[in-house]
Amino acid sequence: MKDQLKIANKKFNSRLIVGTGKYKNMTECAKAVKFSGAEIVTVAVRRVNIIDKSKPLLMDYLDPKKITYLPNTAGCFNSKDALRTLRLAREIGGWKLVKLEVLGDKKTLYPDMIETLTSTKILTKEGFKVMVYCTDDPLMAKKLEDVGASAIMPLAAPIGSGLGIQNKINIQIIRNQTKLPVIIDAGLGQASDAVIAMELGCDGVLVNTAIAKAKDPFQMALAFKNSVIAGRQSYISGRMEKSLLGKPSSPIKGII
Amino acid sequence: MKNIKKIKIKINGKLSIIQHNTTLYSYLKKLKVPLKKVAIELNQEIVNKKHLKKIKLKKNDKIEIVHFIGGG
Repeated sequence: MKDQLKIANKKFNSRLIVGTGKYKNMTECAKAVKFSGAEIVTVAVRRVNIIDKSKPLLMDYLDPKKITYLPNTAGCFNSKDALRTLRLAREIGGWKLVKLEVLGDKKTLYPDMIETLTSTKILTKEGFKVMVYCTDDPLMAKKLEDVGASAIMPLAAPIGSGLGIQNKINIQIIRNQTKLPVIIDAGLGQASDAVIAMELGCDGVLVNTAIAKAKDPFQMALAFKNSVIAGRQSYISGRMEKSLLGKPSSPIKGII
Repeated sequence: MKNIKKIKIKINGKLSIIQHNTTLYSYLKKLKVPLKKVAIELNQEIVNKKHLKKIKLKKNDKIEIVHFIGGG
């Protein structure tokens, strides 16, 4: 049986979701996405530049028919703005699978979980499939599940910080308590962070800055692709038991 | 010749002066907005793109045109 990532009844072969922000240009972005092997990319909703039409469009570089666009609500600090953004996103082309992120603090970019919970409830009722960026708080994660979230996406560390997973315990508690896919979103810095996330049992990771701001984004995209595969394989293989003392790998019997 | 009435509207936060009774469709066509790749709001209400030709712009209308850009 194929080991696929299932979100809201849609199946994906890749467990790596990548962001499309912070690249030097669209060509670099599209190439990095290709290297990453991602089948889902996050995108932001912004005003069209009415005056300068020479600016390239994301859709001309990443075909939404070939790759799943996951519209986000980046930059929204309340439920009203987040709902407005996602309703518009849906209007662009029928997108129902969305990433909700309602921020609460400009310095840490920590999510405002009260606004996030309210928004999740409303969006779900409107037929959206909501993948929710959230804190690594197991209680909040449970509440999100109860109001109909399609995926729980706890942060590893603040957005764009590159600090890696700070609270493995909470991530594991969240993973073990829910039937929903758990995707680590935000804060990963290097490929090994993705391995850790996957070995904790997470269903996927979402990476943007760690790839876009690497010296070589294409190699880093490839590194993340491989690390997500390696971490997943390691997790489903079931690791050996830990021991405080040494145990010889070669048999004792027959020593000369 | 009849005087053509002009009205002020706002598009993506910018002031624009257009002819009274211009339809939203003809205005967006004139601006070469790629309709299939955008979403449109008129006075904070989402506009069904099928109805663009029926909507006539009025004084002080606020239009928002959004699309997807790179983001995390």
